[in-house]
Amino acid sequence: MKKRTFGWNVMLIACLIMAISLPAWGKTIKIGVIGPMQSLEGRDHWNGATMAADEINAEGGVKVGKVKMKIELIKCDSNEDKNITDAANAMERLITNDRVDLIVGGFRTEAVFPMQDIAMDYKKIFIGCGAATDELCNRVGKDYKRYKYFFRGTPFKSSYLAKTSIMHLIACAGVIKKELDVPIKVALVAEKLSWTEGMVKLIQGYVPKLGYELVGTWQPSARATDVTAELSAIQKSGANVIFTVFSGMVGITFARQAGEFKIPALQVGINVESQKEGFWEATKGMGNYVFTMNTYVRGIEQNELTGPYMESYLKRYQQVPTYTADTYAAIKYALVPSIEAVGSLNADKIVAHLEAREYKVPSGVIKYEKNNEGVYTHDLTWGPGYLTSLGCQWQDGKLVGVWPNNWMPDPKNHPDLKITYKGMVPIKLPPWMKK
Amino acid sequence: MNILITGLITGSMLALLAIGFSLIFGVARIINIAHTAFYMVAAYCIFFLSIRLGLNPFLSMLIAVTLVTVTGLVVYKLVIDPIREHEGAVLIATIALAMFLQEVILQLFTGDYRSIDFMIGGFFTIGGYKIFYQQLLTFGVVLIILLALWFLLMKTRLGLAIRSMAEDREVANLMGMNESRLAMITLAISVALAGITGVVIGPLMVLNPHMWEDPLIIMMAVVVLGGLGSIKGSFVAAFILGFTEALVVFLVPTGAFLKGPVALIIMILVLLIRPEGLFGVAFEEER
Repeated sequence: MKKRTFGWNVMLIACLIMAISLPAWGKTIKIGVIGPMQSLEGRDHWNGATMAADEINAEGGVKVGKVKMKIELIKCDSNEDKNITDAANAMERLITNDRVDLIVGGFRTEAVFPMQDIAMDYKKIFIGCGAATDELCNRVGKDYKRYKYFFRGTPFKSSYLAKTSIMHLIACAGVIKKELDVPIKVALVAEKLSWTEGMVKLIQGYVPKLGYELVGTWQPSARATDVTAELSAIQKSGANVIFTVFSGMVGITFARQAGEFKIPALQVGINVESQKEGFWEATKGMGNYVFTMNTYVRGIEQNELTGPYMESYLKRYQQVPTYTADTYAAIKYALVPSIEAVGSLNADKIVAHLEAREYKVPSGVIKYEKNNEGVYTHDLTWGPGYLTSLGCQWQDGKLVGVWPNNWMPDPKNHPDLKITYKGMVPIKLPPWMKK
Repeated sequence: MNILITGLITGSMLALLAIGFSLIFGVARIINIAHTAFYMVAAYCIFFLSIRLGLNPFLSMLIAVTLVTVTGLVVYKLVIDPIREHEGAVLIATIALAMFLQEVILQLFTGDYRSIDFMIGGFFTIGGYKIFYQQLLTFGVVLIILLALWFLLMKTRLGLAIRSMAEDREVANLMGMNESRLAMITLAISVALAGITGVVIGPLMVLNPHMWEDPLIIMMAVVVLGGLGSIKGSFVAAFILGFTEALVVFLVPTGAFLKGPVALIIMILVLLIRPEGLFGVAFEEER
């Protein structure tokens, strides 16, 4: 009896050892896709991830060591644009209940902070595909041991967004000077959210250095439904450029009311709502001439991956992807190649491999940054040859690419270097600016 | 000039919302938290009928107000009437109702932002300040509604009955008035006002399933500041808070996002001095 019991115990231990040593055996790779699923941002998180998973699974799955594993996506509605507590709970549920191996998504900075902390508590790799605040990746550099499992997927950090927006401002100011020959007066309008704080300070400091006059700064709520008072004050200030920093509903309110009032100024900067194809309808066509930073625009190719990606996405979802659909790139070009290279789902091994890579995605080339102490921050490198984003403008019902168009990133040292992506058209001024 | 005009426009929008809410509370002691949710439903109805189905905008608006009023009546019969004696229960039930309506809208129209056309497009300028005709319409509708309400309450038999019930429910009952039926009629008027608000203000807003939340807070502030149940109080308080918001935007541009909190602080300060609200005492005396 004792011998039989001993034999059973040996077999049981052997089975346990097998199960531990072959974690990939018979399993799927569970990837949690977290985002505000009732909004376009969340739906694009899901769409991008679904397209990546389907493409990878159709090719047999991910090779983890000696076995092929299929990707299983877990959809998780964070409700983060309405309730940050919901977002934190959703992340906790995704890890403890759904037992995901990896996580992609997140949108609103205020919600991504607690999501990030929870993911780090459980040492789960989390690729952020929506929030821009610098601090998310600064944390990685400051406390690498704890935060190394966090990577930025998209967009590049706020300070780079501001830098790029300033280049867009310079491009627009050039057109205004050329066509109207007037001094540039800039009104800064930024929604009051954490991701805009750094940008506002940077832009306030930079605009006068460019020789432009900053006529004022307005900070409405991200959910403002009426900005007529702000618009009246802006028009009174004589601004001919309105530098917008919007990610919320106020982007629609502002564009529509400014268009209805025919405010004689060009809107440039970031207006996330204007990146969406529904913007034209949402503003009743009053969003014409709104210029915004964007990641993807119909007919514009940053590299050889952009065209096929856009084609597949448009065919499948009948709409242009917004930047949060870069969950596609996060899974297909970041996570999967690194998992296959290390042959394991071990988070530490994947992190070590992924952070050292330089790889192409449909929006450019990704290389992770290090801070001044040489510690990886897992932030995205900005600049020609890496990620630059696009400048696009609504022109008569179509969102068209307008930047970079003969952009000179370093005129002093490289006066011959001019960058233009395929498919760019000139910036247009609203006709009521010319009266 | 800018502050004056912005204050008037914002105030009239707030007044339109607050008057309906105040009416049903003043008459039937029903705190209808779903009031702004009905306004949201009306706005979405117009979007569905005029944009999706391509119906005439004015016909869409008529259908929307009718539909919202009928919905209000059904809700009264099924949800509010059975628990009307318990004010706390009514409060919670209407919160649940608002959330239910929000979820229905979310499922039907998703969380994407939508817009509806202005009833009267374009704008005009006074002293360099631009005003949408739609905003002017809102101001006009507030005045018309106030006049209509005054006429209804002061010059009709129904108004007399409503006032009697507001003054003393038991005596009104003893005099043969059907208290429940009167409450239902008042609720119908109140919900219809919410529907009209959706019709008038909807085109100035960005439609989304949470659009009922922000105006609810400021509307409650208006009603509390004016004195619960006082229509006159709501009207005056709406313009006080409207002017407060305008002052914040124009005097502290970088603090424009604070216009809501500042309005609430004003409300708290007034309540510290007059806990019953601006017209609370006068209203009680009338009762």
